[in-house]
Amino acid sequence: MTPPVAPSRLPPEPHSPSSGRASRRHRNGLAAALRVARALLVSQYALMLEYRAEILLWALSGLLPLLMFALWSGAPAGAAAGISPQAFARYFLAAFVVRQFTVVWVVYAFEEDNLLGRLSPLLLQPLPLVWRYAAAHLAEQATRLPFVLAMVGLFVLAVPEAGWLPSPGRLLLAVLAAHLGFWLNFLLQHAITMLCFWSERASALERFLFMPYLFLSGMLAPLDLYPEAVRRLALLTPFPSMLYVPAQIASGGPIDIAAGFQSVAGWLALLIPINLVLWRAGMRRYAAMGG
Amino acid sequence: MAIIHVKGLSRSFRVSEKQPGLAGTLRHFVRRQFRTVDAVRDLHFTIEPGEMVGFLGPNGAGKTTTLKMLSGLLHPSGGTVQVAGHVPARREADFLRRITLVMGQKQQLIWDLPPLDSLRVNAAVYGLDDLEARRRITDLAEMLDLGDELQRPVRKLSLGQRMKAELMAALLHRPEVLFLDEPTLGLDVNAQAAMRRFLADYNRRYGATVLLTSHYMADITALCPRVLLIHAGSLFHDGSLDRLTQRLAPRREVRLELADSYPAEAFEGYGELESCSGRDVRLLVERDRLTTVVGRLLADLPVLDLEVRDPPIEDIIGRLFQQGSTDSP
Repeated sequence: MTPPVAPSRLPPEPHSPSSGRASRRHRNGLAAALRVARALLVSQYALMLEYRAEILLWALSGLLPLLMFALWSGAPAGAAAGISPQAFARYFLAAFVVRQFTVVWVVYAFEEDNLLGRLSPLLLQPLPLVWRYAAAHLAEQATRLPFVLAMVGLFVLAVPEAGWLPSPGRLLLAVLAAHLGFWLNFLLQHAITMLCFWSERASALERFLFMPYLFLSGMLAPLDLYPEAVRRLALLTPFPSMLYVPAQIASGGPIDIAAGFQSVAGWLALLIPINLVLWRAGMRRYAAMGG
Repeated sequence: MAIIHVKGLSRSFRVSEKQPGLAGTLRHFVRRQFRTVDAVRDLHFTIEPGEMVGFLGPNGAGKTTTLKMLSGLLHPSGGTVQVAGHVPARREADFLRRITLVMGQKQQLIWDLPPLDSLRVNAAVYGLDDLEARRRITDLAEMLDLGDELQRPVRKLSLGQRMKAELMAALLHRPEVLFLDEPTLGLDVNAQAAMRRFLADYNRRYGATVLLTSHYMADITALCPRVLLIHAGSLFHDGSLDRLTQRLAPRREVRLELADSYPAEAFEGYGELESCSGRDVRLLVERDRLTTVVGRLLADLPVLDLEVRDPPIEDIIGRLFQQGSTDSP
C-alpha cells in the first residue's frame, strides 16, 4: 500500500500559483546570483588592473612551453614519433596559451588571507568564499589576455611555422576544454587549499604536486612522445586535461576529443563533492580553533 | 523579547607549550605538551533589541572570543547562544544578513581599490538593488561625513577615514545586531568622537542592538547605559556604569584648593590622603561620610575651591584587573 503523502509534500501542479512563485523565486535567485557574479568580476578586474605589471611578469614566467619547443625543435625524437616540426611548434604554442589560462593560485591567496586574519570578515557574509577566489582568477585571466596575445604574436613572428588559425569549431572546443581544465586545476588546488584549516602552509603540498603536473600534463613534451605505458598512466590522472588535451585540440594534433571531455567531466564530478566536504570540515575546524 | 540570549556560554582552547632553548625545542618536537585554557567561562546574559551594551575587560579576558561565538565564527565548548532567533554556529544566510562584526584590526575593504568598489560588491552579496544600494551609501556617507574619500583607494585613506569606510561596508545591509570589537582603536580624539556620534545616531535611526568592546572608556560612557564586565573569562558585572563605580569604588575623591599650604598630618581624620602638593589636596572619602567630611573641611580649613568626583573609571577597572579580583557579583 502506498503511504499517504502530506499535501505540503506533493509536487506543485505545473500551472499552480505556487509553481509560479517557485519559478519567480528561481528567476530572482538567478538574477541575484548574476548580480553578485558581475559585481565580483568587475571589482576583481579593477583590482587586477592595479597589478598589471605583476601580471605581465606572471605571464612571462609561463614561457616554459616555448622554451621546451626550443629544446625539442632540434631533437630527432619528434620525427621518430611522427610529429613534424610544424606540429611541434603549434603544440607548444597552444600549450603556452592554455597554460596561461589555467594557472591557479588560490592556495597562496587563501593562505595569505588566513595568516593575515582577513578571512573572518568575509566568512560573515552570506557568500561562499570560493566565488571570490574564482572571480579573482577569471579577472586575472582577462587582464592577462592582451599580454598573452602580444607574446603569441611575437612568437609567430619569430617562428612562422607555428602560426595557424584553427577552425571555429575546433577553436570553440579548445577554449571549452581549456576552461574546463582551469576549473579542474582550480578545484584540485582548492581542495589542497582547504588543508590551510589544518596546516598554515598547505601551499607546500601544492608545490609538491607541481612535479607530477609538470611531467604528466604535457608541458615538457606532448604525451605522444612518452612510452606507451607512461602515456596511459598519465591519461588516468587529471593533469592532461589541464594542458595536453586542450592544446592538442587547438593545434589539431591526434586526440580523442570525446574521451578528453569525459575525463575532465569525471574529475570535476569527483572534485566538487570532495571540495564541499573539505570546506565544511574546514569551517568546523576554523570554528573550533578560533579563526 | 531579548535579541541575544547567552546561557552558560563557555569556550576553552587547547594550546601547546614549549620551553625555550634547544632542549625545550627537542622535547616539544618529540612530545608536545598541551594545556587547556578557559577563555570564556559560564557566561549568562540577555540583551534586548535596541540596547547599546559595553563589553569591558582587560586583554585576554575573553571579549573577542565571546563576540566570535555570538557572530558564529567560533563554536562554543559549552552553553547555548541565540542571536536574532538563530544559533550563530549554524551560520544560516538569514542570520548572517541580520548581524555584523566589526573588528578594529581587521579589514574587509579591498586595499587597492576605492571603498565604493567594495560597497558595490557588498550590495550585490546582500541582495540590494542598485537604487537601494545608492540610497544607503548616500545615507551612510552623510552620517559618517565621507565624500570624495569613497573614490580614493583604501590604502590612500587616513586611519579614521578607513575605519569609517569599514563601518559603511559592515552596515550597508542594515544589520539588526552590531558586534563592534574596538572600532575606535588607534583613532585620534576627533575621529573617536565622530565614530561615537555615528554609532549613537545609527542606533537611534534603525533601533540596532549594539555590543561594543573598547579600551577607550569615553566610548563606553558616551554610548552604553549598560556594561558587561568580563574578567578571566567570567562575567563580573552586568548593569550600569554608575553601579559598577559604586561597587568598585566605595570612596569618592575630594579635591581641595586651599588658601595656604598644610602638612599631610593636617588631613588625618578626614579620609585617606591621596596626594598633598602645596595648596592642592586630594582625599578619598567613604561615600556614607561624604557630607559630614565636606562640612568639616569647609569649617576647619580656608577652602578656595572644592570638587567631589568619582575616581576615573579607567583607574577603577584597571585596579580591579591588577588585583585579579574575581569575587562574584
